[in-house]
Amino acid sequence: MSTRVEKYSNTIKPETAANVSNASQAKTAQRVTALHAFYDDPDQMQRWASKVKGYVLDHLAELLIQFETNCIKNGIVVHWAEDAKEANDVILGLCKQGAGTTIVKAKSMATEEIHLNKHLEQNGFQPIETDLGEFVVQIDDDVPTHIVTPIIHKNRGEISKSFLRENLGPETTVPEELAAQARAHLRSKFRGAKIGISGVNFGIADTGRIVLVENEGNSRLSTTAVDLHIAVMGIEKLLPTEQDLATFLPLLAGSATGQRITTYTHFITGPKQVDQTDGPSEVHIVLLDNGRSKIMAGDYRDILKCIRCGACLNVCPVYRQVGGHGYAHVYSGPLGAVLAPGLEGVKAYGDLAKASSLCGACEEVCPVKIPIPRMLLQLRDETFRAGANTDHIPWRVFAMGATKPFIWKSGLMMVPMAPLVPHPLAAAWKSSRDLPKNEQASFRKWWSKKVGA
Amino acid sequence: MLTCLCDAFYGNVGIATVKVLEHLGCKVNFNEKQTCCGQPPFNAGDWKQAREVANYAKSILFDNGQTVVTPSASCAAMTREGYHLLFPDQEPPHAFELSEFIVNELGITKWVTTKAYNKKIAFHRACHGRGIGLTNEAENLIASIPGVELVPIRNAEQCCGFGGAFCVVEPHLSGEIGRAKVETLLENQPDEIVSGDMGCLMHLGGMLHKDGNKIPIRHYAEILAETI
Repeated sequence: MSTRVEKYSNTIKPETAANVSNASQAKTAQRVTALHAFYDDPDQMQRWASKVKGYVLDHLAELLIQFETNCIKNGIVVHWAEDAKEANDVILGLCKQGAGTTIVKAKSMATEEIHLNKHLEQNGFQPIETDLGEFVVQIDDDVPTHIVTPIIHKNRGEISKSFLRENLGPETTVPEELAAQARAHLRSKFRGAKIGISGVNFGIADTGRIVLVENEGNSRLSTTAVDLHIAVMGIEKLLPTEQDLATFLPLLAGSATGQRITTYTHFITGPKQVDQTDGPSEVHIVLLDNGRSKIMAGDYRDILKCIRCGACLNVCPVYRQVGGHGYAHVYSGPLGAVLAPGLEGVKAYGDLAKASSLCGACEEVCPVKIPIPRMLLQLRDETFRAGANTDHIPWRVFAMGATKPFIWKSGLMMVPMAPLVPHPLAAAWKSSRDLPKNEQASFRKWWSKKVGA
Repeated sequence: MLTCLCDAFYGNVGIATVKVLEHLGCKVNFNEKQTCCGQPPFNAGDWKQAREVANYAKSILFDNGQTVVTPSASCAAMTREGYHLLFPDQEPPHAFELSEFIVNELGITKWVTTKAYNKKIAFHRACHGRGIGLTNEAENLIASIPGVELVPIRNAEQCCGFGGAFCVVEPHLSGEIGRAKVETLLENQPDEIVSGDMGCLMHLGGMLHKDGNKIPIRHYAEILAETI
């Protein structure tokens, strides 16, 4: 039986597949150009970044405590959430203490992971996604298909149709006009909102500051033009010092969008001070575990080095065919194929590890050198041992033949018979390929003759 | 190490490999008891059976101190990275991919020959070379042969979609990835498609031939052997 990704690939609309494929190819090309323009040896920078994140994981407990201590000094209120429910409850409680029911949200995968919007909506709030891509996802009642570019699967025409349906403006395929329509709508929301929710790109342990990167300015409004700012951060997203940003800001921007640095970089130190007129009067940070501690203890620990750049999605030949929807999880592509089963178990998501040709392009582009192919193999092993394997190839029979040379050699002679055997795997092979001509162990015959002579 | 695909389908590649190594002054031995490196069950997640096969391969190929060379980055990577995962407490053996052995071990970076090979070649870099740190060793050898023209390939980093059992367990994904690869390989009208792994070539060739395109698909070892 195939994985959910394979099944989805049979149903995806050609137009959607083309949108994903074209955009991810362009992103991959931009990344290569950008990183080679910044660094003589991008690979060396990636290896260094991997070491820094390795240090973070090795010292996670103490860095978290240092981060918390410094946040408190800065006036940021720190909350710890063991799982999605705890995080959602804390955030809902804070929102109830804030003013109004409109919440402006900056892009955050952590809040997608805990399905925060649904929880807030069920409790009478109106969370509004203000990142352009996330906004389109929200009005279309869709889910993001990419961690950086949530609407990689949509083209301008489709977006315009959605805007027309929502009475945002006339139909157009000019990007600036579409952006202006969304901007006008979202500005009106920003004016009224008193509560803002964001993610965190980097939490800085030695200063207790929250660093956010973005290109649209919506994160700035969501975090500074409100009275209450709530940031949600996975516990692994720490950097030891602000100096580390010299490595990570260009590496993230270059890997994600091919930029030297993002248009905006925010350093949030805390609520407004008594002598300041602008800024929120309260800043909270929710530190989210939600399965990360469990991952820390196992074979997939290095996936927690991830800085969510999306380069592995863009370069992945499987992701390029299906986009994020095919993975049926917030995290998709090679990252998702490890993180989804890591967070939620192999019984639920172990099949994602099979949706890979193990080509290794993901590890090659990863800014923190996460050995994703190695982890996909380990996940396959774990999934198999958990009895959750979806394809049932009789490897025991294969192993028996491959450990006994006389069976192996007679097997080689029988290969020409294979097309006559009605086997599901043969049918799958022949669905798009011809079988090669069998040479009946021609090398062995040649070798025997050579050695004999 | 012959590899099971060369054993079953592509004996010529094995013969070419032996000829190339002998031409370079190596004494080549082939243990007729060899079968498979164990990669198919390993990649499928059945590590118990993979260990059976790997243990057998180790006893046949690696226990006598000889240098092991194979015309497949995939099988070489299996013995190094794969065996390390299967047997974490043991030092993994070290099989060399053919071009890796020629270029990095023997220090031969150009194929010295007076014979010309007047072909436009689309060279597909097999992905599993990544796993053992290979880049363009084989490509450079082929490019150094008089008459060879390597055509540029768009999205060269993209996989062909073979992926072992992936191609039959996930046939639609594999086929779509393969079709995209075939399109980019053919873009600059090559005379031949050349690679270093028969897995990729069996998949690509199978697709091309099914579509009625008879363009030759070749392992680079065959071209090296023909230009000795």
